[in-house]
Amino acid sequence: MMYEGWRGFVAGRWSEDATVDVRDFIQKNYTPYEGDDAFLAHATDATKKLWDEILELNKKERENGGVYKADTKTVSSITSHGPGYIDRDLEKIVGLQTDEPFKRALQPYGGIRMAAEALEMYGYEIDPDTAEIFHKYRKTHNDGVFDIYTPEMRRARTAHILTGLPDTYGRGRIVGDYRRVALYGTDHLIACKEKDKLALGGEMTPDKIQLREELSEQIRALGKLAQMAASYGFDITRPAKTAQEAIQALYFGYLGAVKDQNGAAMSIGRNTTFIDIYMERDIAEGVLDESSAQELIDHFVMKLRIIKFMRTKDYNELFSGDPTWVTESVGGMGEDGRTLVTKTSFRILHTLVNLGPAPEPNLTVLWSKRLPLGFKRFCARISIETSSIQYENDDLMRPEMGDDYCIACCVSCMRVGKDMQFFGARANLIKCLLYAINGGRDEIIKDKVTGKALQVSPVFEPVSGDGALEYEEVILKFDNMMTWLAELYVNTLNCIHWSHDKYSYEALEMSLHDTNVRRFFATGIAGLSCAADSLSAIKYARVYPVRDAEGLVIDFKIDGDYPKYGNNDDRVDSIAVWIVKTFMSKIRSNYTYRDSVPTMSILTITSNVVYGRNTGNTPDGRRKGTPLAPGANPMHGRDSNGALASLASVAKLPYEYCRDGISNTFSVTPQSLGRDE
Amino acid sequence: MTGRINSFESFGTVDGPGIRFVVFMQGCPMRCKFCHNPETWDYGKGYTEFTSEEVAKKVSSYRNYFSGGGGCTVSGGEPLMQPEFVAELFAYLSADGINTCLDTSGATFDEGSEVCVRKHDEVLKNCNLVLLDIKHIRDDKHFGLCGQSSKNPRAFARHLSDLGVPMWIRQVYVPGITWTCREEIEEERIFIKSLKTVKKVEVLPYHTMGKEKYEKLGIEYPLKDVRAATWGEVEPMRRYLCS
Repeated sequence: MMYEGWRGFVAGRWSEDATVDVRDFIQKNYTPYEGDDAFLAHATDATKKLWDEILELNKKERENGGVYKADTKTVSSITSHGPGYIDRDLEKIVGLQTDEPFKRALQPYGGIRMAAEALEMYGYEIDPDTAEIFHKYRKTHNDGVFDIYTPEMRRARTAHILTGLPDTYGRGRIVGDYRRVALYGTDHLIACKEKDKLALGGEMTPDKIQLREELSEQIRALGKLAQMAASYGFDITRPAKTAQEAIQALYFGYLGAVKDQNGAAMSIGRNTTFIDIYMERDIAEGVLDESSAQELIDHFVMKLRIIKFMRTKDYNELFSGDPTWVTESVGGMGEDGRTLVTKTSFRILHTLVNLGPAPEPNLTVLWSKRLPLGFKRFCARISIETSSIQYENDDLMRPEMGDDYCIACCVSCMRVGKDMQFFGARANLIKCLLYAINGGRDEIIKDKVTGKALQVSPVFEPVSGDGALEYEEVILKFDNMMTWLAELYVNTLNCIHWSHDKYSYEALEMSLHDTNVRRFFATGIAGLSCAADSLSAIKYARVYPVRDAEGLVIDFKIDGDYPKYGNNDDRVDSIAVWIVKTFMSKIRSNYTYRDSVPTMSILTITSNVVYGRNTGNTPDGRRKGTPLAPGANPMHGRDSNGALASLASVAKLPYEYCRDGISNTFSVTPQSLGRDE
Repeated sequence: MTGRINSFESFGTVDGPGIRFVVFMQGCPMRCKFCHNPETWDYGKGYTEFTSEEVAKKVSSYRNYFSGGGGCTVSGGEPLMQPEFVAELFAYLSADGINTCLDTSGATFDEGSEVCVRKHDEVLKNCNLVLLDIKHIRDDKHFGLCGQSSKNPRAFARHLSDLGVPMWIRQVYVPGITWTCREEIEEERIFIKSLKTVKKVEVLPYHTMGKEKYEKLGIEYPLKDVRAATWGEVEPMRRYLCS
């Protein structure tokens, strides 16, 4: 099949019949760019005017207490709202989540209660008819999960040993390959899915039944996407013919996804090298100049900056703001040694200059030692000027993921269109250590009936006596408690994701994945450094338990000093490594939903504050309620040997056991980097 | 052999070229009023003992970061209060190909004592650069500011110059104390000029960030009424000293 949109492209596997292979298209057609930033263009007048209009709306939104307008009646879907514009004559890339800019959509499939509460918090009331439909006739994900949960799962949730679980909101973290919409058009994509569905015959096992139903949903979603585009006057049923059409089609794909899902992180993928191919063709054909090319990217990015969801205030507290995690991965190196940096990689970072700094989209540079020098310098300059670029280690991820992966949320990597993930929030491991000491009784929460400490796990034998804690004994009990926690955690997530697939399936996002997708089961841990230091204290100092009248250990007396994680000291760093390996191995030994591949992250970036609030006094001397360290960071102020020692401790954590990412929050002032050069 | 060490900094960027692993030795014969590391003064407490080999091993584990001219700086305290230890550490590091740098006041250098000179020379044998502090150019004021004469530091500077050891001169500028008249800074300029191996002159603005440490140690802060200096005001002074 030869489409007009494919003129001038080098053919390959990607252009064969009934095939989808975006990476192959990119590899055969892109132009690496090794130069500097001299070619870049300023914002056009249209861009400036349009951006001013958005700033004005931002201001109004702030004045209005955080939400400008909210839809209280129409349930959001790909086609729920007619076209909306900011300033129709100026916009080069169109499409809004609802029919008006800054009007937030109603998205109740994750949970009707959360959706209604979010509206109430901002002074709106959900339309009674809509509420009735979801309370009476249409079950949501949230209802589904709570029908399934065991009493033990509920207790673990109440006690916050499992926390931030996606059981009341959309799980997110799934990134559609939105480039497919531009390269192939929806007709071709539908035809491929129809073929996959046809091939799925024979014995109807539950897996096949589920997948056949999902494929039907996917095909329907693609049809609706074309319908939405048509309402804006665009035909996306066939391949895009110009750079503008390509960006527009790609954005429509993403827009459909955010109209369909209010996910915890709605990342957009890795698009600049792809877009650049269309830019280069248009420039060669003489229909695009640099100023218009930059304008297209500026307008695209403006749209990504105003993605908004209706969320409750506690949700925003957990994430310290209202993040949408529209992560766009930029640059990196190809497997053949050529850089994937193109002129459009520069153009997208240049939006931070043309439009000013912004946290969204979360522009993430996939950093390699071998990136072209011109690009490295440009990144450094833009970082210094705007502090708005995130960097991730391409040299670490590429060997595992190939050269067409992207980052979902902040650190989680997946091959675009080939991997998806079941987001799993976190298990609080320092709380698990306290449970090991107290035999599974919570140190804070009381049983409502007895008034005594809540027994969260089955009864385990607690540490007895008032003598100094014995390291070997505590380790053994901790190991047992981790076995219990890992099993409960995985089972809880199995319930959550079964329910999410059933009641809030991401049909459009999944239609932009291969049908035989690899699924990750993305678990996470919190409190690693606190747990490592606590065990180090028990091993190298003397830690005496302090009990309340009930005999519950509620505090610790520490006699002596102990090695602390964050100082490149193997005595304690090896404990942290042991915890990571042990817990992950226990996760792996459990059945995971849909044969997903277990992964683990250590990446609480802000929620460590909330997790700490729900954790009692710990054996390392940390006081009840004070924050845990973010991600894999050392505990605050305990890394006393400078930055490299601190980073070296974190770097010992084995990536094979933390494939979903390790984060270390680290700030430096310019002065601390030296005085000259 | 073992040395008394106050602390380590794995990412030192202000004590010598490049990224440096800094070893802060315990103990100092001087009591400079503007000192921001008073916790390193007392040779008898606040330290951990390490062997020179252990320290060399620690330093070596960061060698990947030294490619931009970095290495190890031994500071303090006064590292030359433990010259045998530093000499041994530097020997290990040099054998390992790691750049070595000594941050000193020179106060321990008694040119009249052959034993003392030999001990210092053992250190300098494997030392790539000396960061030499000038506390005050005039001897009487030097005594008032640090509780020591400037005789030894001056002698050490000349000694380095004679031996051909590269050095950076470092002068902390304390407003109202460092140079009270034109002649003082001029004297210092001429003194620096007389040294043959000076590669760089740094004038560091006095800051008050050490105050908290004094409080913790229960030592009265000596420069209560002195304001902090700024990089802006010391830059012309630095240029003058180099002229």
